[in-house]
Amino acid sequence: MFGTDPFWLVLVKTVVVFIGLVVIVMLTIWFERRVVGRMQNRIGPNRAGPQGLLQTLVDGIKLALKEEIIPITAHKAVYWLAPFLSAFAAFAAFAVIPFGPTVSMFGIETQLQLADFPQSVLYLLAVASIGIYGIVLSGWASGSTYPLLGGLRSSAQMISYELAMSLSFVAVFMYAGSMSTSEIVIAQEQLWFCVLLLPSFVIYVTAMVGETNRAPFDLPEAESELVGGFHTEYSSMKFAMFFLGEYINMITVSSIATTLFLGGYLAPWPFSLIPGINEGWWTILFWFVKVVLFVFMYVWLRGTLPRYRYDQFMAFGWKVLIPFALAWVVLTAAVRAFAIEYFEDVNMLLLGVGVMLVGVFIYLVYLQIRDARRAREPEPELPSGPMNLENEGFPVPPLPGQTFEYTPRASTTVSGGTEQEEVTDG
Amino acid sequence: MNVYIPILTMAGLGGLFALFSISIAPITGPKRYNRAKVDAYECGIDPTPQPIGGGRFPVKYYLTAMMFIIFDIEIVFLYPWAVYFDTLALFGFLAVLLFIVNLTIPYVYEWRRGGLDWD
Repeated sequence: MFGTDPFWLVLVKTVVVFIGLVVIVMLTIWFERRVVGRMQNRIGPNRAGPQGLLQTLVDGIKLALKEEIIPITAHKAVYWLAPFLSAFAAFAAFAVIPFGPTVSMFGIETQLQLADFPQSVLYLLAVASIGIYGIVLSGWASGSTYPLLGGLRSSAQMISYELAMSLSFVAVFMYAGSMSTSEIVIAQEQLWFCVLLLPSFVIYVTAMVGETNRAPFDLPEAESELVGGFHTEYSSMKFAMFFLGEYINMITVSSIATTLFLGGYLAPWPFSLIPGINEGWWTILFWFVKVVLFVFMYVWLRGTLPRYRYDQFMAFGWKVLIPFALAWVVLTAAVRAFAIEYFEDVNMLLLGVGVMLVGVFIYLVYLQIRDARRAREPEPELPSGPMNLENEGFPVPPLPGQTFEYTPRASTTVSGGTEQEEVTDG
Repeated sequence: MNVYIPILTMAGLGGLFALFSISIAPITGPKRYNRAKVDAYECGIDPTPQPIGGGRFPVKYYLTAMMFIIFDIEIVFLYPWAVYFDTLALFGFLAVLLFIVNLTIPYVYEWRRGGLDWD
């Protein structure tokens, strides 16, 4: 089925997907700014174009017209390579996402998907890993302290969360019996994997936010600690490439979540009862709605949650997500192995166990938050009673619990004395 | 036609776009030299002098990378097993269970020794 298109059709599909992806990214950035704006009681960009729709395009043109500053300490070749890798990997990963089933395009039967082969999810993971190079190399090549720290953090973060992400796929492959994206979608015709494999879905959604460096896991950027993280020293279009890469990655991981857990282009439940709805061009709409849901989740998280502290974040990855994902892999395998040997269908059993495990997972997260709260340093004891102006020395406002007696002579003497001294010095 | 060709065209188009974008900036943008501008950015203070070789960073990152390699290899072994799970059935499950347990023991050991703690 795949690999039968003539070359001109492959080119047409590639160009359409490419342009579509760039347009979706532009709209996503606009969408995020508008929605976050609403969440923070402001309007957001609404000047360029209708409702501010062209804001991203205008920003891009502005960036292209800005001066490009390359620090002297930078390693020139790697400094150039890093943004290229970031954007390149982001685009390349999108090639195996299915948007729909087989349709007729210019009289030729073809899939609404660029490419698919028996290992396409493995390809996705591999290309996503190339994106990490972009970040690590940019941090190293800038020859500056903040980007180096940001790049290191980001590499540790992304490889840690990639583990949890990859582990969450194991159960999906087990139940789909394939690593090909289009076959995984077809395997979900009866029941979506986000229901059957709920813990996998929860792990994946958590890990994908960490993998794309988005709030509350946006530690590589951490404006308050690292200025801008790995892209501190990047300006103009090179910065734009990192920005583009980040948003394409957001779309890509949302599409992976859609494909692997939400039934890809398949219609959701009440609509799926209509016969023949999962055929034809319609299906792109279902895919799009599901991806927009994930993008909205991203924006919602960003508008709601504060950033994690780095040690808490790594502990969450290594001590909660990974053991939980491993346990879930073993459990699904056990249930399926015994089902094959002794029963016909134990999907319901797995479903029940899955719901219970998600409960345990949420409880673990709660425990971690509680422990972090308890481990916080105790509040320092506040002084009470009247304020001793002579011993305190500097005229500070009274702390809560302290009383303040207004003594006009004391303050006049202090300030008057200083002024007189200055005058004598001068 | 080969199934990998669409991937090459997509990657090629993305690569060309990225290359075009990062090469166009020096042409379209202005160039106004200023010595302070090309310094490493550190909030306005003089940049930290970097020791030869790019400076040192905590060994924790190295440890994380090692753990990543071990787990990544484990996952690479889990994938084909998951795809052919139904064929291998109970035997495959027990064999992989042994494998996972073998890798979990050093993981628990490292956890208990504090190797997963960040300070």
